[in-house]
Parts: sequence; C-alpha cells; structure tokens
Amino acid sequence: MNTKIFKSGRTRFVILLLPLWFLTYHFLQPATDWITDDLLKLTKGAHFTETFRFFIFEVPKVMLLLVLIIFAVGIVRSFFTAERTRKALEGRKTFTGNVMAAALGIVTPFCSCSAIPLFLGFVESGIPLGITFSFLIAAPMINEVAVILLYGLFGWQTALIYVVTGLFVAIIAGWIIGRLKLEKWVEPWVYEIQTGEQDENLEKLTFETRIGMGFDAVKEIVGKVWLYVVLGIAVGAAAHGYVPEEFMASLMGKTTWYSVPLSILIGIPLYSNAAGIVPIVSVLIEKGASLGTALAFMMSVIGLSLPEMVILRKVLKLPMILTFIAIVGTGIMLVGFLFNYVF
Amino acid sequence: MEIKVLGTGCPKCKALENATREAIEKNSIDANITKVTDITEIMKVTMTTPALVVDGKVVVKGRVPSVNELTELLTK
Repeated sequence: MNTKIFKSGRTRFVILLLPLWFLTYHFLQPATDWITDDLLKLTKGAHFTETFRFFIFEVPKVMLLLVLIIFAVGIVRSFFTAERTRKALEGRKTFTGNVMAAALGIVTPFCSCSAIPLFLGFVESGIPLGITFSFLIAAPMINEVAVILLYGLFGWQTALIYVVTGLFVAIIAGWIIGRLKLEKWVEPWVYEIQTGEQDENLEKLTFETRIGMGFDAVKEIVGKVWLYVVLGIAVGAAAHGYVPEEFMASLMGKTTWYSVPLSILIGIPLYSNAAGIVPIVSVLIEKGASLGTALAFMMSVIGLSLPEMVILRKVLKLPMILTFIAIVGTGIMLVGFLFNYVF
Repeated sequence: MEIKVLGTGCPKCKALENATREAIEKNSIDANITKVTDITEIMKVTMTTPALVVDGKVVVKGRVPSVNELTELLTK
C-alpha cells in the first residue's frame, strides 16, 4: 500500500527535521547579530537598528517554538478525547472535580465550536455545572499558543505563572459557580437532550496517525495565527525601539490601582487571539507596565472572549453569562492585584 | 452506503465533508452523503465534532483525516 509508505515517511521526516530545528534555534541569535551588524552594518544602539534586530530575531524564534510545541501538543491531544475527559469527571466530588476539570481543560482538544456539544455532553451525564465551568474557563484561557508566546517572549517563569494562576482562576470560579446553584439559568432544552450509546474505543490510532495529527495541528493553528504573530511582533518591535522606557509606568504601573480592573474591562471585547496580544504585552511590560496589570489584561483578552459568550448564550440564560463574566473577571482582578503587590 | 457528516458548521466540519466527497468521487464509491447540523441529533451520536458516521457506525470523530485515509476507511 502506498499510503503506508507515505505515513511512515512522515515519521522519518520528523526525525530528520528535529536536529535541524535545534541547530536553527541555537544559531538564531548569532545569525541575527551577524545580519544586523556585519551584513547590513547598521549603527549599534540606534532606534531603527534595535527595532530591526528585535523583529528579525523574535519572528523566527516564536515561529520555531510554535511549530515544535504545537506539533507535540497535537500528538499529546490525540490521547485525549472529550468522551474520555467526561468519563474521568463523572461522579467527582466538588473540589477535586474542579481541579481535574481545569487540568483536563488544558489537554483536551477544544475549539469554540466544540463548546456547545461539550457542555451538553457534560450536563447530560450529570457532571455538576461548577465543574463544567472550570473546564470551560481553563480550556480557552490556558492554550498552547499563549503559553508558547509567553515562554518565548518573557521566559519560562512568566509562562508558568500564567498557567498556575489561570488554573487557579478556573478552579475557584467554577467552584463558586457550583456553590451558587445556578442550574435555573441554564436553558431548559439542555436538560431534555438525550444522548445515545456512545461507543468509546472506536478508533485505534496508530503512531503514524498521531504524528499526522501533530502535523495537522501545526498546519491548522500556525496557518491561523502566523499573521498575528508577525503583526504583534512588528508593533512590539517598533515600540521596543522607539517608545521611551517607563512610558507605560503611569498608565499601567503598579501604583495606579485602577489599572487592573480597567485593563480587564478593555480586555473583554478585545478578542485578539493570544498570538497577537502577547508580543504587545511583552513590550508594555518592558516600558514600565507592571506584571500584574499585564497578566490581568492578557487573561481577560484570551479567557473572556465575546464570541465565546455569544456561543454559550445558546445554552445559558443572560444572567448566567453575566455572572460568569463577573466571577471570572473578579478572579482575574485578584490575580492582577496579587502580582502587583508581590512584585 | 449511507454516510453522515456530523457538525454544527465549523470550518473543520466543512473540511471533513469536502474530503469525504473527494474520496467518494475518486473511488466512485456508491454512497449517499447527508449533513447533520442539528445539535440535538448530533448529541445522540457523539459529543465530539466533526464526526463521520458510516452505515450507523461512527468511524471518525474530532479530526479531519486525509483523503487517502478516508478512502481506506470507506473501502474497507
């Protein structure tokens, strides 16, 4: 069968590409400096030079990270399905269930169009509303693109802080929603849904298929976000070179208390994806914005998105949506204040 | 054979439908494709979209296989 050769060819392709990836990544900084200083002979320290250097270094770096990690995440996700996640959450006690739901939200394949079937499936099998929400908060907020960009532009500490505080917000917000007993604000038809026997082990995926799913994930996600990454870094690079230091300190610094709630409010309707927002936020911080404020802004933009609310409106009544925004928003605000206070 | 493409209309669902049609035409398989977009109908079968149901059996869910792989699945 020629499909077999084609598939194993892909595995071989990956083995060949990996060392090439590491070489390119390793020599990116010297190559950038060589192009900037030796090839183009730009004046060191000039506004344009530093903008240029930032841009031609960050774009390939972030792209390399995106391709590798999304590929890996694509393979990891092939081991998780919504059905399996649901099974794992069935019958869990409130707090444990919230923690598990938030954690599974990171690894279970999720896109905004799968939110409704997932919600229905969870409710139908008796998973409490609060646990379902822990999942629905974590899944979009802690996504691989956001984490990769944070790692690439801020370092692993910030990426880790983002993941941990994101989980915290998802767990606590879901737990509170569960305690409030808001089932009355779920559209009644949701409870009338009947699901049939859903057979679980229908597909035995081979290793080659999983590699293929990694490739598909790269094609799909990188194809969708690359332009935002380039634009975001371009804006970031321009600000890096031209905007004076401490420019953002008065507006988004830690001494202005209202900067946190204000950034969250601005963040809700701003539905940029992580790819566009993180490079800009990285420069905001460089120019004096505080970490807490920037973190709150980012979580609000990525985690509280208007399009998702519109989709969820099909299954949730308006007061439920507003309560959801209020609780998650408050959680994010606490994170923002905490980090402004600590750092 | 009876083929159903389940999905609420997201880009992946359309991609799955197109790939399935291509696989059928290429191999001149005698099949009838219907699209299921009603969420209550979809939920009876699966909670992961897009999904492909062949003669009442779910063969693919949550991903869009290549035309080659679909051909293999449909000619089996």
